[in-house]
Amino acid sequence: MPSHRMRMGDGRVEAMSSDKVRADILAGTEDAADRGRIPTITEQERDHLFDLFAYPGRIVGVEPGREVVLSDDGVAGSLYAEQGDSGVGVPVSREQAIRLFERAFGFDTIELGHPDYSYKPVKPIVANEQQCMESVLLGTIIPVYYGAMPNLATYARPDGPFGNPSDLLPEGKIEEARAAQLAAAEACTRDMVYVGRKMADAGADGLDFDTTASAGDAEFLATLLAVEELSANTHLSIQVGMAAEFVLGMHGEVTYKGERLAGLYPHQQVKLVEKAGAAVFGPVVNTNTRRSCAWNVARAVTFVKACSEAASIPIHANVGMGVGGVPMCETPPVDAVTRASVAMVEIGRVDGL
Amino acid sequence: MAHVLASGMGGIRAAGDLVARMQLHRKMRISEAKAFVAGKLGVGVSDLSDEVVMRELREELDIGVVTAMPGAARGLAAKARIGRLLGVEIASVETLRKKLNAEL
Repeated sequence: MPSHRMRMGDGRVEAMSSDKVRADILAGTEDAADRGRIPTITEQERDHLFDLFAYPGRIVGVEPGREVVLSDDGVAGSLYAEQGDSGVGVPVSREQAIRLFERAFGFDTIELGHPDYSYKPVKPIVANEQQCMESVLLGTIIPVYYGAMPNLATYARPDGPFGNPSDLLPEGKIEEARAAQLAAAEACTRDMVYVGRKMADAGADGLDFDTTASAGDAEFLATLLAVEELSANTHLSIQVGMAAEFVLGMHGEVTYKGERLAGLYPHQQVKLVEKAGAAVFGPVVNTNTRRSCAWNVARAVTFVKACSEAASIPIHANVGMGVGGVPMCETPPVDAVTRASVAMVEIGRVDGL
Repeated sequence: MAHVLASGMGGIRAAGDLVARMQLHRKMRISEAKAFVAGKLGVGVSDLSDEVVMRELREELDIGVVTAMPGAARGLAAKARIGRLLGVEIASVETLRKKLNAEL
């Protein structure tokens, strides 16, 4: 029985038999299908995944002609940021980093973002961000997004003025927790719209809402309302990237256009993002560190394939550290990343990554 | 970077930025965006990610090339030509146009 070199979800390497690889692929797709109430990937697609993981070469790639568009969430920061942001600490400016990603690294789009990557802290310094955006746009050719996270949690005490649901819920103060989230969501929408309008004035091509719904359904609502306002009243092309595969019901009863937000999976999330007016959706599927990459990638592409089939706008799946089948570790190994990348394109049918 | 090698369109090394523009401006899915750009450029869809084909074509169309070539359109100038080629309005180019046409 041949043995394959298999990455685990935490990045470790283990030896795995062909039978075990096939069993993990089947279990991964069945797990996604069960949770999302969506179809598993086909037997032919499972065979294709097996071939990807059984291939002994270090990296793999899509068939020529099947390449897709790359977008990112603050990737330029990886050059100059510190370890906490997975940065490599090279002494270059944001403008220089963006030029490197365009001219040296072959990126299709790029994003400008502040190191404190949330809309709330950007608001008081937005003129600096506009200045940087204008400077970037002078010299770049590829489309430029401005990106940040809605990050509703920063609006709750002690960081913000609103009640903290993580304190209120354990005390049984359910109505107070819900009211606090809705008040925070209103302020969050206001800040995102404010920054978005300023970026539209600066001439940005697009706006990225990254890690959306990290604080649950109220944050998702705040973002959808901001998307609605900005897509209707500015030229901005809006991308919504999610925080997780499943919208947490921290409020539990929040709705958007009659749809309850808690508990939605990617194929359902994308329909609301479309209704709000976004141009690109970035689904997230979280990596289980205790399972193999074969299990994780099979699971991730099952969710993403269902999302791609449901969508009418481009899908750019998140395939970075800890999501999309990529191991949860600081230095994502290229063998694992390229396998997840190819699987997302050839099985997940994404329009971009 | 692993994605650039495994599945990316190559940005301005090839035609990745042009296909991306059609996704952003017109919400086109990847096949539609590629077919649209290939039609505008008069090449096959598989040529869009071919660095050799696109390097020559980008220079010929003067829409920005990846190498540092004196005299070639870059930055806003390249985007202005891309906007015309694809029939899309690029905000930063429009801002420049307004400045150029504003009364002194």
